[in-house]
Amino acid sequence: MQQLIYFIKKFRYFLLFLVLEIIALFFTIQHHSYHKSKFVSSANFISGGFYNKVNSINEFFLLKRENYILIEENVQLKNLLENTKIKYISETFVIIDSSQYLQQYVYSVAKVINNNFTKRNNTLTINKGSKQGLSPDLGVVNSKGVIGVIKNISSNYATVLSILNNNSRLNVRLKNSDYFGTLNWNGKDYNILQVTDIPRQAIVKVGDTIITGGKSAIFPEGILVGTIKNFEFKNNQYQKINISLFNDMSTIGYVQVINNLQKKEQKKLELKTANE
Amino acid sequence: MNNLVLSNSVRFISLVLLQVLVLNHVNLFGYLNPMVYITWIFLFPIKKNKSFFLIASFFLGLTIDFFSDSGGINAAATLFIAFIRLPILKAVLRRSDFDFLLFNLRTISIDKIFLYVATLTITHHFIVFTLEYFSFNAFMTIISNTFYTSIFTILLSILGVFLFVKKK
Repeated sequence: MQQLIYFIKKFRYFLLFLVLEIIALFFTIQHHSYHKSKFVSSANFISGGFYNKVNSINEFFLLKRENYILIEENVQLKNLLENTKIKYISETFVIIDSSQYLQQYVYSVAKVINNNFTKRNNTLTINKGSKQGLSPDLGVVNSKGVIGVIKNISSNYATVLSILNNNSRLNVRLKNSDYFGTLNWNGKDYNILQVTDIPRQAIVKVGDTIITGGKSAIFPEGILVGTIKNFEFKNNQYQKINISLFNDMSTIGYVQVINNLQKKEQKKLELKTANE
Repeated sequence: MNNLVLSNSVRFISLVLLQVLVLNHVNLFGYLNPMVYITWIFLFPIKKNKSFFLIASFFLGLTIDFFSDSGGINAAATLFIAFIRLPILKAVLRRSDFDFLLFNLRTISIDKIFLYVATLTITHHFIVFTLEYFSFNAFMTIISNTFYTSIFTILLSILGVFLFVKKK
């Protein structure tokens, strides 16, 4: 026993180093697995509040661009409204039974207060949290396309796992056919993402639009992602398909968070089927 | 003594703020972000009480991690260079005994400062990028990232030392 104490005394400096290093590596490894990183995230009170303060200053310089994006989206939505008017005329006499009518998705607005895009594993911080009704695993988009999925949450802030992340896997499909694949990122250029697992019978052309596939309970179908930049077809397989994003991930101001109201029901059913 | 505590605390906070608010958004050539906060490690006075230094540098790294959502990457790397700082300094100066309280980086000649700063910076950056990419496939990316970011960090931190540290 005495020798043990002597040993600890003698090497206490090294042991302290070892203990702290193990704690740090523990956080790191936790961070690399998608669902576990709870402790170290910028969605806490101090760093979240801090980024919020700084962002309110930075925001002032981006007003012009942000306004332009809003007007662009307004025009797009107005055009959409004009399209549907004709349809409604023929359906004027259809009675919608409100007890049967189900809304699947709810959109809410949030502001990005911290954004990184140059690292291998990028995340964003937004200024809404559990108090505003957000929860983990909600989709985050803006008018130009997908941005990511909410990862950690605190009472007033949330971190978003960006699509520019090694752990990000998103179900996407070609717009002109129903073949779907997986969107991921090789970590090189933040404008270029990769789509894998597209079956070989799919016809792929440069310039084709990629949209979200709606095969998960997070994103609705048809949200824009990007266009195909180039691809490689070898050994009767699509080796890699590079797509360039519609979004500029380096300048993101306001985003929309998508809440799927029927997610619980879908998950429950899927779990039940899988367990049988 | 009190003066020393105050100046190191101020340096801690200002370096964290500089790193988090400015340097993490530099993106030179698209991806280079210098990690100048480790200058705090270079400048910390050498004392008998080394345990406090280890704990403080661990928290320095962890603070950066909190702000940049990176798990414990910076904490691990910063702690490691804090641990090897004294041996490196001894090797660079080719001396085994120090006048502990009178240590001042500015009294050393420039080539030795460069050697000391460069060794610690490259070690730190290598650990950071290894833990960030966490895969053998990305080995060349890790090496090139370490190299270019290190150049940037070394330049900025030596410049900072010469501009802001008094010669006394």
